Amino acid sequence: MKLPRKMRVRKKGTRPVADENGGLVIKPMDQFEVKALFGGDVSWYTPTNVTLWMALTVLAATALMVIGARKRAVVPSRGQSMAEMTYSFIYKMVEDVAGHDAVRFFPHIFTLFMFVLFANLLGLIPFAFTTTSHIAVTAVLALTVFFTVTALGFILHGTKFLKLFWVDSAPLALRPVLALIEMISYFVRPVSHSIRLAGAMMAGHAVAKVFAGFAAALGAAFFLPILAVTALYALELLVAVIQAYVFTILTCVYLKDALHPSH
Amino acid sequence: MAETAASGPGMPQLDITTFPNQIFWLVVTMVVLYFIMSRVALPRIAAVIADRRSTITSDIAAAEEFKLKAQEAEDTYNQALADARAEAHRIIEAAKADMQAEIDVQIAKADAEIAAQTAESERRIREIRDNAMSMVSEVSNDVTKDILAAFDMKADGRSVTAAVSARLKGGA
Repeated sequence: MKLPRKMRVRKKGTRPVADENGGLVIKPMDQFEVKALFGGDVSWYTPTNVTLWMALTVLAATALMVIGARKRAVVPSRGQSMAEMTYSFIYKMVEDVAGHDAVRFFPHIFTLFMFVLFANLLGLIPFAFTTTSHIAVTAVLALTVFFTVTALGFILHGTKFLKLFWVDSAPLALRPVLALIEMISYFVRPVSHSIRLAGAMMAGHAVAKVFAGFAAALGAAFFLPILAVTALYALELLVAVIQAYVFTILTCVYLKDALHPSH
Repeated sequence: MAETAASGPGMPQLDITTFPNQIFWLVVTMVVLYFIMSRVALPRIAAVIADRRSTITSDIAAAEEFKLKAQEAEDTYNQALADARAEAHRIIEAAKADMQAEIDVQIAKADAEIAAQTAESERRIREIRDNAMSMVSEVSNDVTKDILAAFDMKADGRSVTAAVSARLKGGA
């Protein structure tokens, strides 16, 4: 099993890197492979590493929000403070960005934030599987947001929702052009929304793996790539939180357009 | 697995054979997470935050009330102090008046006593002087009689007395 994998040359995406001695191959993309936990083929219901790490995401979110706040103290413990700060942070974001009437979608947005945040953070554990590095996952999330928000816009405002694309403040001649641009940008939203997250996660993890491979290849100078990985890891921690924040705030922005389509 | 990797594209992300699996578990995860968050975690934290807010509000109100009470107590205390001062002042005035009256009475009494004693003394001095005067005339009569007897001259008592008293009056 091991020998053929080392010999195998991938078509694209992963360029195997070999040191002077030959034989050492870095495969930065292997960490993203979906594998069945108990062997066998991956069918739609098979428990896979996706299942495992999503379950851990739920457990981590529950640990913070339910177990952390279980005492319901008026003077909060550290865990409860963190849970409350997370709650207030997202609540304020929803209220500030999407308006006060968006608060009824707060549980949905909060769930989205917790999932992305903990999936990103858990993915930083060595040997972990990052569920949010997969376009299949982020695309489903982004498309759900996109269709929900679009349907909501039409339900709340009917055809007036289309005014979102008709810029009244622009000169009349320009309006059809602007409408076309607005329309394109609207439909590109789920694409950018999902690829931003998956891309950031995948790139960081792949780069970390490549540097780690260099450490094994460089021999005596192994500490240089390890220093680089350490620095990169700190950056990745920042990226994990920021990407969760960006994903959530964009959801709020899209929700705002559905609730208040006029410019 | 080896077949999947070999036949699939280089990026596992683009291996669409794993998409149904990922999407299925994503949906399960999101539903479970949504129920945990919306049914358990968020209402609990919202309640805690609301509790704290109301506790703080009521504490501030209570503090306000206590402050008012303290103000009231201070006012009462100041009022009591002013009352006590006024009362003390009144008592001092009354005592002063009482003492003055007492002193006046005592002085009047002493004056009366002194006047009575003076009158008595004067009366007694007058008595003694009268007594002395009568003694003088009596002695003068006796002495005159004795002198006349020594000179063997006869004289009746009435003429002697008249003469002596005439001389006493003239000499005096």
